[in-house]
Amino acid sequence: MELILVNLIDGLVTGLLLFMLSAGLTLIFSMMGVLNFAHASFYMLGAYFGYQISLALGFWGALLVAPVIVGIAGAGVERYGLRRVHQYGHVPELIFTFGLALLIEELVQFIWGKNQMPFNGPEVLNFTAFAIAGNSIPAYKIFMIFISISIFMGLLYILTKTRVGMIIQAALSYPRTVEALGHNVPLIFMGVFGVGTALAGVAGVIAGPVLGTFPGMAFVLGSIVFVTIVIGGLGSLWGALVASLLIGWITTFAKSYNVEMEAVLNGIGIATPDDLSENLFRDFWALTSPQIADILPYILMVLILIFRPQGLFGKRQS
Amino acid sequence: MSDQITTDPSKPAQRMRAGSMTLTLGPWIVAAILLAALPFIFTSNSGLTIMNQMWITVVFALAYNMLLGQGGMLSFGHAVYAGVGGFACMHIMNASDFFASMPLPLLPIFGGLFGMGLALIVGAFSTRSAGTVFAMISLGVGELIAACSVIIVAFFGGEEGISGDRGEALPFFGLNFWSQIEVYYLTAFWVFISAVLMYLWSRTPVGRMANAVRDNPERAEFLGYSSRWVRFYSFVASGFFAGVAGGLFAINYEILTEENLNAASSGVILLVTFLGGVGFFFGPILGAIVFTLVQTVLSLETELWAFYAGSLFVATVMFFPGGLAGLIMMHVPPLRLGKLGVLTVPYIKTLIPAAIGILGLCSLVEMTFHYRHAATGDHEMTLFWTTFDSHTILPWIIAGAVTLIGLGIARTTAPALKEAWNDANTAGGKR
Repeated sequence: MELILVNLIDGLVTGLLLFMLSAGLTLIFSMMGVLNFAHASFYMLGAYFGYQISLALGFWGALLVAPVIVGIAGAGVERYGLRRVHQYGHVPELIFTFGLALLIEELVQFIWGKNQMPFNGPEVLNFTAFAIAGNSIPAYKIFMIFISISIFMGLLYILTKTRVGMIIQAALSYPRTVEALGHNVPLIFMGVFGVGTALAGVAGVIAGPVLGTFPGMAFVLGSIVFVTIVIGGLGSLWGALVASLLIGWITTFAKSYNVEMEAVLNGIGIATPDDLSENLFRDFWALTSPQIADILPYILMVLILIFRPQGLFGKRQS
Repeated sequence: MSDQITTDPSKPAQRMRAGSMTLTLGPWIVAAILLAALPFIFTSNSGLTIMNQMWITVVFALAYNMLLGQGGMLSFGHAVYAGVGGFACMHIMNASDFFASMPLPLLPIFGGLFGMGLALIVGAFSTRSAGTVFAMISLGVGELIAACSVIIVAFFGGEEGISGDRGEALPFFGLNFWSQIEVYYLTAFWVFISAVLMYLWSRTPVGRMANAVRDNPERAEFLGYSSRWVRFYSFVASGFFAGVAGGLFAINYEILTEENLNAASSGVILLVTFLGGVGFFFGPILGAIVFTLVQTVLSLETELWAFYAGSLFVATVMFFPGGLAGLIMMHVPPLRLGKLGVLTVPYIKTLIPAAIGILGLCSLVEMTFHYRHAATGDHEMTLFWTTFDSHTILPWIIAGAVTLIGLGIARTTAPALKEAWNDANTAGGKR
């Protein structure tokens, strides 16, 4: 029982971190209809900028300044890159963001090198918040949960309750009408892209100290973020939240409980073959859940795409 | 975007030609002679290795372009089909009785069949729609199989991969394929056959329908074609040729690892194909040749070659979405008008300063890299055959000045080039 509680908290941290990335990505998708492959690269930039700034201003300064810089960089990419490629169609846009992801990884290696950066969290949060049956929960994790939830609340409030949010929502569905009403739609798009990447930047700053700040960090999380928003339904904020939490919990539980394939198969009535060492499916029989924890989201995504292509909460069929 | 054949309905001969499987013989004969003659020009072993790698990439890139260029399907996991074909070939190589009774040159067929088999399974559900959903499924399946390669050790060999020995095959007209040159001709033979087959495929009705479905699936449906099945056929054919490329890889390198399956390889083939140009049949061939040269030659010169390749790729997507092939074919209209000469002087005036400016920029990048990452105390670096101290101010001033002057001249002469370009594309007028 206590282990379940600890895993619930760990899964929540992973899920909410994923959500901070997927929220920005899904907003950008519903706006421009293109999946931003470089989204996780902005997360990585957030971590690296955060590290560099924390050397001068400390962690809290970095948490404030780094996302702003990342957001400005993102807005610049939209203004001078994506808007230009947009005229060629969706596939070149996708290819452009893919190339950008490659380029940002090379750029980070060029500036900071290939090694992991010693990016540490703030001293203030360096204590144990509470312990559950001997498993201590660091305060930093609680802080991460707190930050992500407040960002989600803020985003939801801005999008549904304020005037700016109304205009954004209208611009997502009827850009031409909104433009005819006198709003600057390209500017709105640029702003949303900037805010989305800035959110990724926040995620980078707070994940950098825990998950490590290294050039491969975008690649590790990048494809999982796609999987998340595809499962949740492209363009749906609630879908992104549900899918993020789902993936966070599935991977955490699969890693901490060692379920063996042999036990599962025996449980549903298939007997173990006598001579496993020569059997063609020997690796299949030896599978354990920690082994496949990292590929479970992909399996889930392929299944979702086959049986419910619009995702869990998606409305449209692209 | 594509090499569309424009036909004049009033001329029956031309109308026939558009649908029939004609093959302009000239370029193919030249290609065959080049393939056969190149080993006599580049006789060194490293030259042969680079060429083998190049031709394998050519087959793979052409297979990839069957999807991206001709079918409009963007795949982020195509390395999987080549990889699985290669792994299957490796297993056939290790199966002693079967392999010993079969000549080696037949092996790529089996690679192709296994690639096609996997494409049949995946295509059954992934080709239902094009665009983003297809791209996402291809990414998911790609990641899935790449991750499986570490888990399913029996087939993929885990971390260290699977290796074999190509020399165990039945000798083929007295050839054992022990030396590099014999492997070269085997590869060249398969490259030629695959390229011809893929070209002919693009001329068949199903190849033509793939173009139609790419451009306007709704209209193709109204004509009575199922866009899903058209996509499926393209996908399966592409899987076959990707598998052939994997089989050639297995013969050439005699080892396959997880690296042949992962997302990075899939990304590289996308890069190669797009760089070459997706709109023309010869684009991916060009891309594969240029990219392999850049990879092998540039990576000897600088650690930052991936950075340059990435910059080149992004620049291509932004400014020349037709790729290298598109850039070359842009010059066909001026050539037809006989006004290519108009462009020569403006090109020299703009492109040479621009090239010098870009080289200056590259040296600034290299110097920054050296300044930041060289071992402490190591101040000496060599760039463009000159050795200097990267911690003094003089080289920085020179490189900066070269960059500014080069790009500055290119900027001032660019309007003249644009004017000349417009003039070259207009019929009549001054020569």
